[in-house]
Amino acid sequence: MRKLAAVLLVLVAATATAVDTEAPLETAEQQSLYRKLLEEVRCMVCQNQNLADSDAPLARDMRRELRRMVEEGASEGDVKQFLLDRYGDFALYRPRLAPNTLLLWIGPGVIVLLALGAIALVIRRRMQMPIPDEE
Amino acid sequence: MSGERKRIRWLLLLPCAVLLVMVYFFAVSLGRDPSLVPSPLVGRPAPEFSLPELLDPNATFALQDVEEGPWMLNVWASWCSGCLVEHEFLMALGRAGAPLYGLNWKDGYSDALEWLQLRGNPYRIIAVDADGRAGIDWGVYGAPETFLIDADGIVLYRHVGPLDGAVFAEVFLPVLEGNTP
Repeated sequence: MRKLAAVLLVLVAATATAVDTEAPLETAEQQSLYRKLLEEVRCMVCQNQNLADSDAPLARDMRRELRRMVEEGASEGDVKQFLLDRYGDFALYRPRLAPNTLLLWIGPGVIVLLALGAIALVIRRRMQMPIPDEE
Repeated sequence: MSGERKRIRWLLLLPCAVLLVMVYFFAVSLGRDPSLVPSPLVGRPAPEFSLPELLDPNATFALQDVEEGPWMLNVWASWCSGCLVEHEFLMALGRAGAPLYGLNWKDGYSDALEWLQLRGNPYRIIAVDADGRAGIDWGVYGAPETFLIDADGIVLYRHVGPLDGAVFAEVFLPVLEGNTP
């Protein structure tokens, strides 16, 4: 048990090591926006990592670009539009609500509603059934 | 009574139906390559750039310098293995006079020159994008990539990976010859 805990600790420590070693941005707001973007933007080369975790050369370039934009006062929307124009919806881990992402957003909810409806229907039917006499 | 039972039986088939639909979507997605990201650039004007020329660092190569289109922009680098695969084919295109322009992406200057000396230069002009800034504007996420731009400066297609005869004949050639597919 203790061994397992040690292994877990090492794993957590390893993932917590930040790839981005740049100095923090001027203001706290800029820095937090920059950090937020790094978490939400996909590294296009290593597609299952975000920019905060990836050390791919392209991720480095994109971090530099995002940094520059945030420094120049770009808003979250500006930066996301910048990425959408160049890399498409795929670049954002949290895709915007658009016709082609609609299913992604409402799909799970629709499925849950359908399932709940089906369960309710079955239960209602069951309750209307006469209880069979036990001999 | 038996009618109601029947209806409930039908309802029990619903999960199976849902499962079948899901299996269908998963099966379709299995055949898809998730590393091929569609370019949002398609159908929009080619992004502006103004970069030094590889073979003449004092000169700049800008989007406006491209002679009357349609034309192709090939993103390459000396470190890129896929570029080696397609190079022979690009050389053939160059010899045939294809309007092929190069974007040397995130490469070392001398490495790029050495590559051309060793393997030949199929490009009319090569722009140097050493820091990858123009690459981001073009949505490049890996070399090689080849863009097809029409006479009006609109991006028609982006091919990811080594260009070969099949893709070229199907997509690029009809446009370059002036017959829109």
